[in-house]
Amino acid sequence: MTNPRIDIGSLAFAALLAVVALVGPMALDTFHVLQLSAYACLALAVVGLAFVWGVLGVLSLGHAAFFGLGAYAYAILSTAAGGSLVALAGAILAPLILALCLGYFLFYGRVGDVYLAVITLCVTLILFSFLNSTADVSYALLGVPLGGFNGISAVPALAWPSAAEDFLTPATTFTLCFLALAATYLALQLLRRTRTGRIMAGVRENERRCELLGYDPRRLKLLGFVIGACVAGLAGALFTANAGYVGPTVFDLSQSSQFLLWTIAGGVGTLSGPIVASFVLQFLASFIGTSQVANTSLVFGAVIIFFVYALPNGLIPSLQALLRTRFRLAGRQEPARAAGESVESAP
Amino acid sequence: MDQILVSGIAIATSIAILVLISLGLAVIFGMMRIINFAHGEFIMLGAYATVLSANAGVNLWVAMLVISPAFVALVGLICERLLIRRYYGNLTVTMLATWGLSLLLIGAVTALLGNTTRGIAAPLGNVAFGDYSVSTYQLFLIAFAALLVLATALFLTRTRYGLVARGTMQNPEMASTIGIDPKRVYAVTFGVGAALSGLAGGLLAPISGVLPNMGASYVAKAFVTVIAGGSSVLFGMVGAASLFGPIEAIVSLFTTPVIGQASLLAAAILLLRLMPTGLSAGFRRSP
Repeated sequence: MTNPRIDIGSLAFAALLAVVALVGPMALDTFHVLQLSAYACLALAVVGLAFVWGVLGVLSLGHAAFFGLGAYAYAILSTAAGGSLVALAGAILAPLILALCLGYFLFYGRVGDVYLAVITLCVTLILFSFLNSTADVSYALLGVPLGGFNGISAVPALAWPSAAEDFLTPATTFTLCFLALAATYLALQLLRRTRTGRIMAGVRENERRCELLGYDPRRLKLLGFVIGACVAGLAGALFTANAGYVGPTVFDLSQSSQFLLWTIAGGVGTLSGPIVASFVLQFLASFIGTSQVANTSLVFGAVIIFFVYALPNGLIPSLQALLRTRFRLAGRQEPARAAGESVESAP
Repeated sequence: MDQILVSGIAIATSIAILVLISLGLAVIFGMMRIINFAHGEFIMLGAYATVLSANAGVNLWVAMLVISPAFVALVGLICERLLIRRYYGNLTVTMLATWGLSLLLIGAVTALLGNTTRGIAAPLGNVAFGDYSVSTYQLFLIAFAALLVLATALFLTRTRYGLVARGTMQNPEMASTIGIDPKRVYAVTFGVGAALSGLAGGLLAPISGVLPNMGASYVAKAFVTVIAGGSSVLFGMVGAASLFGPIEAIVSLFTTPVIGQASLLAAAILLLRLMPTGLSAGFRRSP
């Protein structure tokens, strides 16, 4: 228990991401390098939500708030010539502070699950309408105008700490984004196997029982919530560095719903599932977007309803279950352990 | 003196608007415990129903008070039948399903009617108080909101159907053993909630821009108001609205409407920290 061990599946998945990080820039053209870097940033944000929802059992609809806050913090700090490291640190710190304040009120106030979901959503909506209303030049932080609906453009890319003007190439940024994704995935996978992570899963399963056993669910929930927020903030910063632009749409409903949708699609309770689902669905979304078949909120709404209707367990677990039954039917009986495998040990 | 009166009317209007947008949610979320994220879109559909039928030549009052609630009740009943009915008792799944519904409705309206703001002029003109003049429609909204709360309260406490609905929400199995079909009661109650949301949309159409994603600006306020109201759904909600309305109105007056909204939310979070079971925890048993 004190020495957490990671299973081979998780290690293999992280290794796969690391291989993509190193090989990708050589195999792909610049357009796809940029596109996949952006996908990896959003996948990073989703891992945070997958942890908060799947491991901790806290359904936060405000994940986009932390993502957007990180994005804006990076944009402001790097434009104000703070250097990439300061900007990245700020992008993690800002969501951390918001998550601490919000989480204190929500968890220590013992606000119910349902209310928590609603309140986190409200915070996101408020941030969205606030940043939309900052068109006036008097709304500026550190001398950087927030720009209202137009957002902040010409955000500097990531630069090496040695020299402020020594920007990373798109290929290096690609490698960095995928390595950040692999490292975060591995770290969260490791965390859920530590003593704290196991108690977090216990809180998810039965909060009252954990409390009676002497653990403090409020503290654990706050801790997990803050970790998820920091991951989202980092993802937002990398996303902005990659795109060179940030606008209020990072806070809008479709952004929140995308994170949620990818997590459901990948399977709540797993960390690798949401990552895979996010890549698959982002390709799909960009295909729909470029082919102009229908507007995205129509499609996303329909896809969410489809998943709730048909695959409530998510894409990956449903696929696993299907494969498992197929193999069993074919006579290749797996060990009994595999059939009773809990969500906890899924990669 | 006149200035105080006019400011009082402005504050009463903000309370009335908060009550109107929360009433449908108080029934669907407060009574039935369904997290209806499509609430804002029900309001949006009600507003569109009023604008489109008024532009088509229907009398504005008929459009607001009859067509909007009827149309949204119909939409609500269809959604309940096809989607929400399957997930009663499962809060998370209903939340996700209604979220999908919300996006679907926004997308569908955008595809059909375009992403442009529509509007109609407020009826009734103005009434003067000394040097100031106030839109008569505001006064109508205040009176109508009060009337609607009263009617809903009487409906829930003094009619047979209200009794059956409240009993069924408390104990569906017991209700079914005495010959009441809980499914039917749930469906009708959802329809009533949707009708109230549609009515709110119709009434707000003359004083707000009508566009596909207008619901987003109402759903947050409505939810915090109903949540902060607590277990006594109707009167708790009105109490919370009377607290939050003035906060939003006064802060908006001195800063911007957006900071007004933010202060409403902050007040709600603070209230829930201090009174986790809501404002009505201290009330006597009432609907």
